[in-house]
Amino acid sequence: MIPEIGHFALVLALALAIVQSVLPIWGAARNDVVWMQSAVWSSIGQVALTGVAFAALMTSFIQSDFTVVNVVENSHSLKPMLFKISGTWGSHEGSLLLWVLILAVFGALVATFASNVAVHTKARTLSVQAWITVGFLSFLLLTSNPFDRVYPAPPDGQDLNPLLQDVGLAMHPPLLYLGYVGFSIVFSFAVAALIEGRVDAAWARWVRPWTLAAWVFLTAGIALGSWWAYYELGWGGWWFWDPVENVSFMPWLMGTALLHSAIVTEKRGAFKSWTILLAVLTFSLSLLGTFIVRSGLLTSVHAFAVDPERGLYILALLAVSIGGSFALYAWRAPSMEGGGLFRPVSREGGLLVNNLILAAATGVVLFGTLYPLIYEALSGGQKLSVGPPFFNAAFIPMMLPLVFVMGLGPFLSWKRASSRHVALQVRYVGLLAIGFGFVLWYALRGGPVLGYVSLALAVWLLGATLREWAFRIQLFKVPFRDAMRRARSLPRAAHGMALAHAGLAVAIFGFVGSSVWKSEQILFVTPGTEITIAGFDVTFTGAEKVRGPNYIADRGALEVRRGGAEVTTLFPERRFYPVAQSNTTESAIRSTLAGDLYASLAEPASDQAGANGAWTLRILYEPLVNFIWIGSVLLVIGGLVSLSDRRLRVGAPGRRMQRAPTVPAE
Amino acid sequence: MVRFLAFAPLVIAAAFGGFFLWGLDGDRDPNAIPSVLISKPAPEFALEPVPGLDTPGLARADLAGAKGPTIVNVFASWCVPCRAEHAVLTALAETEGQTLFGINYKDKPADAVRWLNELGNPYERIGSDQTGRAGIEWGISGVPETFIIAPDGTVLYRYVGPVVGDNAVATFRAALRQAGSLPVDGG
Amino acid sequence: MKRLALYLFLVPGAATVAQAVEPDEILADPQLEARARDISRGLRCVVCQNQDIDSSNAGVARDLRLLVRERLVAGDSDDDVIAYVRARYGDYVLMSPPLTPATFALWGAPFILSGIGMVFFIALTRRQGSAQTRPLLSDDEEKQVDRFLDRGSEEDTS
Repeated sequence: MIPEIGHFALVLALALAIVQSVLPIWGAARNDVVWMQSAVWSSIGQVALTGVAFAALMTSFIQSDFTVVNVVENSHSLKPMLFKISGTWGSHEGSLLLWVLILAVFGALVATFASNVAVHTKARTLSVQAWITVGFLSFLLLTSNPFDRVYPAPPDGQDLNPLLQDVGLAMHPPLLYLGYVGFSIVFSFAVAALIEGRVDAAWARWVRPWTLAAWVFLTAGIALGSWWAYYELGWGGWWFWDPVENVSFMPWLMGTALLHSAIVTEKRGAFKSWTILLAVLTFSLSLLGTFIVRSGLLTSVHAFAVDPERGLYILALLAVSIGGSFALYAWRAPSMEGGGLFRPVSREGGLLVNNLILAAATGVVLFGTLYPLIYEALSGGQKLSVGPPFFNAAFIPMMLPLVFVMGLGPFLSWKRASSRHVALQVRYVGLLAIGFGFVLWYALRGGPVLGYVSLALAVWLLGATLREWAFRIQLFKVPFRDAMRRARSLPRAAHGMALAHAGLAVAIFGFVGSSVWKSEQILFVTPGTEITIAGFDVTFTGAEKVRGPNYIADRGALEVRRGGAEVTTLFPERRFYPVAQSNTTESAIRSTLAGDLYASLAEPASDQAGANGAWTLRILYEPLVNFIWIGSVLLVIGGLVSLSDRRLRVGAPGRRMQRAPTVPAE
Repeated sequence: MVRFLAFAPLVIAAAFGGFFLWGLDGDRDPNAIPSVLISKPAPEFALEPVPGLDTPGLARADLAGAKGPTIVNVFASWCVPCRAEHAVLTALAETEGQTLFGINYKDKPADAVRWLNELGNPYERIGSDQTGRAGIEWGISGVPETFIIAPDGTVLYRYVGPVVGDNAVATFRAALRQAGSLPVDGG
Repeated sequence: MKRLALYLFLVPGAATVAQAVEPDEILADPQLEARARDISRGLRCVVCQNQDIDSSNAGVARDLRLLVRERLVAGDSDDDVIAYVRARYGDYVLMSPPLTPATFALWGAPFILSGIGMVFFIALTRRQGSAQTRPLLSDDEEKQVDRFLDRGSEEDTS
């Protein structure tokens, strides 16, 4: 009964979405306020209905209702409750339902909270949002119904891929989707603006909080996925340039560009058509990601059930949404130009460089990801691979000038900046960064030059960001108390920017440290084997069998000492999931700021070694790797702090007007 | 100029869309890798017979010396799909007179002997490739794989995966016909 | 995301599920071993889904790793080893696509896209520059403007 309620709720939600896709925008055309306002209730209705559907599916998973095909294929009665719940979005169908739910939530948020947005724009935006919802709901209902039943019901389920039974990965898709789908609102705003043929500073101000929110989620989602890959896959890598990773990275790059270009549109009225284009592109790339992951078009390590029929349906959705919005863009954009003038050296100029580099880098990732397909089509079936060496060689050198400009940008004033003035402000930071690079090189010698350059640039970015922040609040120039008061009165967005930029600098330390100065040992171990790695003395004391809820594991024990003093004991596990008939590696990690000691265990491939009771131990030392996650957290916090800026707050102008008299000049 | 540039996103998106549509073709296997050996001489290799079998070993020279095109099948007793494929190959060799050679890939000889005793041995020659090195020379990506070799030792065709099921068998027979080792009108 | 290597046909039971590079493959000479690891990271595993042979568990990846090491020990250069594997498996196995006419577009993309970016930057700023035909300010005035703008940016910044 419950699955049928869910199914029925989805059908009703589709009906509501169809109404919403027509009524408000029609109302906007004929200036009918009631029709325009209908979007508020239909948006909320859609959230309620898709929420019911999602709850229904989750209930089926929690109850292990094996009459539902989706539950059979992705769950098992012995699975821990947390992973039963996360199994709801573990499959193609369930994750698509989550996608639709988030789509509806964002629509309803705009409907209820975006009270400062002009009524006509809001109505059009919500109608466009409903077009997307109609597309995805019909896709869900027609090709991927999560509520299909099976009779007779099998006695038990086939279990979710054990690799995916992990807390980090349980949270990864929802965050990623909040990011992807969050950009749908920005897209809808952009299309509404194209339909109106007008973009102004107010539009940019409406769009920015939504862009920021989506960007925060996407950043968190990508970082979480990367962290999962790091600790779960057992070889300590955190980014593989796999197509599935790339398709989540491209909207992030574009969204980052959008975040910055919207600032220019808001403050200076420039870059209008460019900001609109970025808004459309960011969501288009999110859609492209969905298409690539679910169509099986490219060879990827990520596995979703692949079905050409589904692929065609999404491609049709893409053609309508992306093609339609680009056609609209081609029609409207030329009349949108104008805006403030600026010099090459100016805040606008800096943000333009940021945008162009990010766009070019996105283009490179896109082209590299799709090149095997393009080549195969044009050469008549020949194949080639585009792997990490290409992306590293092409992408990293493009990012270095960006990091350099990031350090300078906040010092630049709008319209025109004095190069001399800026140079005077950052000269010590520049010297510090160069000095740091050379000292490090002198101390370490080994490793590629690019590693030292990147680290020097990270120091540059961190130093320049702090310098600029200190300058803003006149730290050390005025009494500390005054500086703190200035810090409080500084717009939150300024703090947010400083945090996010510093976060990237911190993350670069992690990227470089763990890639360039990683050390690794792979060896057979028997009880008593001693290993020395990165100053640690490690002793393998043996392995024992342990039993988990739905797996059995061999758990090794490694005593870690440093200079004779006991540091910790690591327990890497090799798990076997009998139902899914597969193994996973649970690596054991000792994390410190300086680096991670990372151990994973496996059965030896050679029978001879296995017969002697030996294990294959892979032990790594990854210097600075935690700075990646710390930096990511700073990026997220920076985004959240910016989001809390009252100028960006969704209902801001009204509230500010009310409050203005009561708040003394800060 | 601006007007022209405004169309650029649409044009680029349409071009990508075209490639996607092409890529969605149901007959396209994104994981298939074309062999580099086609129309090239078969690789140099010389394999000992499987110990415990009367069938002689297999080397490069045996391919060129044959009277017509030959089929070289890479198989192993641990390979589950090979079991199904075995019947198809046996029929080709025994009722249609095809010359069938085998490469026994990374198999324990005793297992291979037991497997062939159980299912029958349609191979004229079998080379035992215990290290998998000959497999690399042939550029195989898995087991089973089946090659068709011209009498002069040129590789004509490669089939990846088991030749099982109507589609696979039809494809493979078409390749045999093209190689001239099955009559053109024959089924 | 996991290297869900579909060992389509190549699964001799679950027993061979091992983990990437194995201790018994490692060469005694650390320099040769480092070269072997580098080469392996550039070679794609042919039965896996987008994974290099260095981190692959598949049997054929292990064979290739052993082959790479064998040839290095025999005195081959890195390029020789890569050419050897490429001759048997084609360009597909190279994680870094070789620079051939077929990949000019790919390798050119970063340069072309960066170039387009630069053209845009110049076009946008020059158009604006030419619109500003006023004479430049004196140094003093410039300082004043800077001071003014800095103050301005404090109140109203991104």
